[in-house]
Amino acid sequence: MSAISTMTEGLDARTTGQRLVNQWLASLGTARERGQPVAYVFVMGNAIEILRAFGFEMVFPEINSLQTGVRKAAPDFIAQAEDFGFSPDVCSYVKADVGLMLSNMQHPSGVQMPVPDLAVASSLCNVYIKWAEIWERRFGTPAFVLDIPGKRFATWKSPAGSPQHLADARWVEGQFRDLIARCEQITGKKFDSDRLAEVEAHVNEMIRLWIEILAFNQHRPAPYNSMLDGLTYMGVLNAWRGTLEGVEYMRLLHAEIAGKVARGEGRVPHERFRLVFSGTPCYVNMRRLIELFESHGGVFAASDYLTYAAGGLDSAGLFYDTSRPLESLAEVTTLASQMGLSNHFFSHHALAQQMKDFAADGIVYHGIKSCRTVATSMADNREYVTTKHGMPTLYIESDLIDPRYWSDAQIKNRVDAFFELLEQRRNLQSIQER
Amino acid sequence: MMNDVEVSTGGIDAADASMTLMAVLERCFELAMRTGVADQEQPGAIGYFPVYFPEEIVHAAGLRPHALLGGGNKLEVRLADARIGSFVCSICRSTTEQGLNRSLHGMKGFFTQPICDAAKHMAGIWGRNFPAQPSQILALPQNVNSSASVRYVYDEYQRLRSVLAAQVGHDIPDAAIRASLHVYNENRRLQRELYRIRRDDPARLSTVETYLLVRAGTRVRREEHNQLLRDALRLLAERPVRPRDKPRVIFLGGFCEQPPLEMIETIEDACFIVDDDLLIGQRWITEDIAADDGDPVWALAKSYVEHSASSPVQFDARKPKEEMLMRMLRDARAEAAIITAAKFCEPGLDDQLALSHRLDAEKVPYLVLEFEEKMTSFEQMAMQVETFAESLLFQ
Repeated sequence: MSAISTMTEGLDARTTGQRLVNQWLASLGTARERGQPVAYVFVMGNAIEILRAFGFEMVFPEINSLQTGVRKAAPDFIAQAEDFGFSPDVCSYVKADVGLMLSNMQHPSGVQMPVPDLAVASSLCNVYIKWAEIWERRFGTPAFVLDIPGKRFATWKSPAGSPQHLADARWVEGQFRDLIARCEQITGKKFDSDRLAEVEAHVNEMIRLWIEILAFNQHRPAPYNSMLDGLTYMGVLNAWRGTLEGVEYMRLLHAEIAGKVARGEGRVPHERFRLVFSGTPCYVNMRRLIELFESHGGVFAASDYLTYAAGGLDSAGLFYDTSRPLESLAEVTTLASQMGLSNHFFSHHALAQQMKDFAADGIVYHGIKSCRTVATSMADNREYVTTKHGMPTLYIESDLIDPRYWSDAQIKNRVDAFFELLEQRRNLQSIQER
Repeated sequence: MMNDVEVSTGGIDAADASMTLMAVLERCFELAMRTGVADQEQPGAIGYFPVYFPEEIVHAAGLRPHALLGGGNKLEVRLADARIGSFVCSICRSTTEQGLNRSLHGMKGFFTQPICDAAKHMAGIWGRNFPAQPSQILALPQNVNSSASVRYVYDEYQRLRSVLAAQVGHDIPDAAIRASLHVYNENRRLQRELYRIRRDDPARLSTVETYLLVRAGTRVRREEHNQLLRDALRLLAERPVRPRDKPRVIFLGGFCEQPPLEMIETIEDACFIVDDDLLIGQRWITEDIAADDGDPVWALAKSYVEHSASSPVQFDARKPKEEMLMRMLRDARAEAAIITAAKFCEPGLDDQLALSHRLDAEKVPYLVLEFEEKMTSFEQMAMQVETFAESLLFQ
């Protein structure tokens, strides 16, 4: 019997996922005792496969920060950062992390967060780089900036093996080789390409299952809510990426959701509207946000968040060729960046496609006050999708973890009005069909 | 104040030997404050978002690089507010407004760069709203510390070259790029000389004047700009100078969104600004590019990686932000710093804090200011600056 099934027998996948995330968090606090080097990484463009091959324990500061929101500790951490001098206009994740540093790395989960031996910041979010500079100043840990070129324009085509793809992949591979040299220096270990291939094989299996799990929500009723249950699933995908435990969890999750589909069980008892969510969650009020939609029989069948915050490999069914692990890592990372991770800037086509694939009734855009990566042009995107595709859309605004930007009455009013629109639209359709 | 100058360019020829310094500055003012691109403008303009852009390739294609510098404080934003988040900086908003109100309708293309997350979105906004203007991200790297960096920049520049060649309908030969490198090398030499004069003799050349002289280059072909700068340098040498006693400061925060001219004037009323990062992209390359040795595009790419300035929006392990600040203070023989950031500019705001901490540690006086290109009231800022300058004079 596997480690996962022993630990979680009889539990559903969401509870198991929460336990795994907590187990991972707890393990961060003991990394030093185990003699494990520690790397700080982000969810987009992190080269985790290489780091895992070297035996690094991975800290995701984004997850640390969102956890301060989930655990209702974010206001205090953010206030500490603002008292230190950070502007209210700076990303609240960054400020929560600064608050953690100013709290002697004592995370509200109870874990004493380790300081990094290595920090990898990709260019997929420029704030990552500024964040890594803060660590440089605080911990003296030099940042390793991984530049991963994204899409250059909306209809950008750079298929696998094309000259453009190979040029970009060569660039990424060159940086991976630099990263490997730095890892060798830090850990004193030689790079082991067989171990990299092993990690990649686990990632391949996790992604294969993840793609099917995402597709299960094309069924009506949708078996899970992308922006509630899906967040837990994705947390495991990130934290346990490239591990046997991660593979086992995905199998468990896959089996559970397949069962729900077979039995016709939906997340919402009487599913009336299927929606696509674009943007990031509001972790301090996510349950409330979901409740506002589910009370109208609305379910988030799909979300772009479950692609770009999960590494982007699902965006085009990308898998590593483990017979040439490093080269393939560079090629796939490049494609993932261009097809899944840089989509915020040109997401109108992808959202329209998701609407079709998931037979959705509308798109909900969630603009984040402090996240320009995701939210800068959402309103423009919405205008395009509404006028070109005639799709019902809703735009609401709050923040990732800063509760000052959550206005319950205003958001509720907007959500209620949106469902009125959907109801009217449906009534009109049924009249026309008669 | 230059803003009060009645602008008249009629009959002024940039190459006219009898031109006065005031006439050169008036011409530069008129050019610098142009924000639109007319429909039939020739040569065709390729718009680019800050900070740096390899203009030489555009120039070699026979086109005119047009730096998009926002709408300033004369533009009323009416259409863009509905398209862009409320938490996004003014330059993204006003650039979008200029697209929507058709004042940039004459542009033949639009490029933005991964300088920040908001800037990356500009390519999507442009593509959705102005499909007739090809819009792209020129993916300049955030890692210039890899042995593979030059090669990557080279590949990206070659891609740009192909896009522009398709635009003009013919190849862009190496010889044309070499010729453009020479024109731009001269332009940067002239800009460096301008900055040297302002640093060594700030009473001779103000920062507003320096700024206008540099900014004018974003609106004409560089040959014409070179002539303007040559005229200005010649005439500056003859300018009578009245010594004045003001503290010497450096100004930071003007690398992307531009502070209003009145803000620079407000600071200059009380201080000599002896170095700055205003329009830093215009002099991003810090040394002459080897125009005649080997592949000119490679030389351009190599210069970007190895001989370039710094800004909050590019990571370079060789150039820690605080060290660059201290070097700038030393080189400019400045006694204090004015550290500004545009509202909602996350990279600028992050650096503003880090630099302030370093200045605290070094016991260097500094003033922190936040600005927006659209601001129109400067009374409070004037009071802050005057108080700061007095504290420097009497410390």
